[in-house]
Amino acid sequence: MKKVAIFLFAALMGATAQAAEYKIDTKGAHAFIQFRIKHLGYSWLYGRFDDFSGSFQYDESKPAESSINVEIDVASIDSNHAERDKHLRGEDFLHVEKYPTATFKSTSYEPMGNGKGKLSGELTLRGVTKPVVIDVEHVGGGKDPWGGYRQGFTGTTEFALKDFGIMYDLGPASQTVEMILDVEGIRI
Amino acid sequence: MAARNSEHRYGWVAIALHWLMAPAIIGMFALGWWMRQLSYYDPWYRQGPELHKGIGILLLALLLLRLAWKAINPRPGDMPGQARWQVVTARFAHGALYLLLLAIMVSGYLISTADGRPINVFGWFEVPATLQGFDNQEDLAGEVHEVLAWSLMGLVALHALAALKHHFVDRDATLRRMLGLRGNPPSRPPRKEVGSPATGSPASNQ
Ligand code: HEM
Ligand code: HEM
Repeated sequence: MKKVAIFLFAALMGATAQAAEYKIDTKGAHAFIQFRIKHLGYSWLYGRFDDFSGSFQYDESKPAESSINVEIDVASIDSNHAERDKHLRGEDFLHVEKYPTATFKSTSYEPMGNGKGKLSGELTLRGVTKPVVIDVEHVGGGKDPWGGYRQGFTGTTEFALKDFGIMYDLGPASQTVEMILDVEGIRI
Repeated sequence: MAARNSEHRYGWVAIALHWLMAPAIIGMFALGWWMRQLSYYDPWYRQGPELHKGIGILLLALLLLRLAWKAINPRPGDMPGQARWQVVTARFAHGALYLLLLAIMVSGYLISTADGRPINVFGWFEVPATLQGFDNQEDLAGEVHEVLAWSLMGLVALHALAALKHHFVDRDATLRRMLGLRGNPPSRPPRKEVGSPATGSPASNQ
């Protein structure tokens, strides 16, 4: 499981232009890095990373120039079961002692219209850096009631555990993990 | 054999607790070590930890009983003729064994109950979580548990070697009285006369 995460963003087409940098609102916890993986092929198991930070650039008039960087404290994994979390943090899985942080740095964004797009980037997890593509959708954006300005996106991606050096065998139905990424950024 | 300890001998309660717990504790170490390497699809992947936790809680109960029993019983005296440092070292080691056991059991409990889940003991009863929720509790407690378990095994090895040395080298009654055996130490006469052999039982040098 595990996996990590990341982010997303990007863009959207159209809409009004606000070229700007946004800080991901982890303080208010309006951002979630979640994963799910099949258990035995019989059900989905969900978990999340509680501690991460990052920011993104987004301009509604030039979505192709969107970018994002996210850094995750891998030890903050929480699958709602202490004994399992301990195992996930250990060498069989995330090996957090040796690889405490995971990062995602976007390299390009390809708008597909309708607020959707493909965000490419490099995911570093467990010491391995590999390209991943996140399917992104702009959820909404605009002024908030407290004087700020926000944009939010949701995204998903999927990768094989063993691509990032996680060799523990969870069974044939559990070779890949899905990441479910939601971020809301506050313009800075 | 008397249930209670005397000034010279262990009673059967102390002896039974010692020999019931010793193999169980060594078995717990082996089980703990082994169960961590099981693959996810191993039938023991779930049963191993269940067994480890269940036996662990029962051992904790026995340990508390043992300490209470120790508190209300005399301590059999030291073997005559032992160097002072040996007597002090042995007492210190016995205290350390008790402390390590207690700390290992508590840390094990803190791993399993870190998220508020109780520990189920073979379906007989549940031990509820109490302390929980400090950051990464399961990892911290796990590290403590592992380090102390190895320390305990090291000390137990020394402890057993010391017992064997008393028996085969010093030829005193240390091991025999923990086994509940009466009579003289092994047949070969002691290398040096100590205590008062005429009385037939070792005199305390306290
Ligand atoms: C005589 C007492 C005990 C001994 C000698 C012992 C020994 C061990 C050992 C050697 C391990 C493997 C450590 C590792 O490689 O990380 C272990 C793991 C474990 N023990 Fe114990 N243990 C004892 C009592 C307990 C008790 C009372 C509990 C809980 C009620 C407990 C819960 C656990 C748990 C949950 C693990 C798994 C840790 C993991 O999977 O990372 N143990 N134990
Ligand atoms: C996990 C294994 C073991 C543990 C935790 C353990 C623990 C202890 C403790 C705490 C005492 C002190 C009893 C008291 O409070 O008076 C003791 C006494 C003793 N143990 Fe062990 N023991 C273990 C294994 C063994 C083994 C394998 C042997 C023999 C080879 C042994 C031989 C003895 C003897 C002879 C005494 C009596 C010492 C005396 O009279 O001063 N023990 N043990």
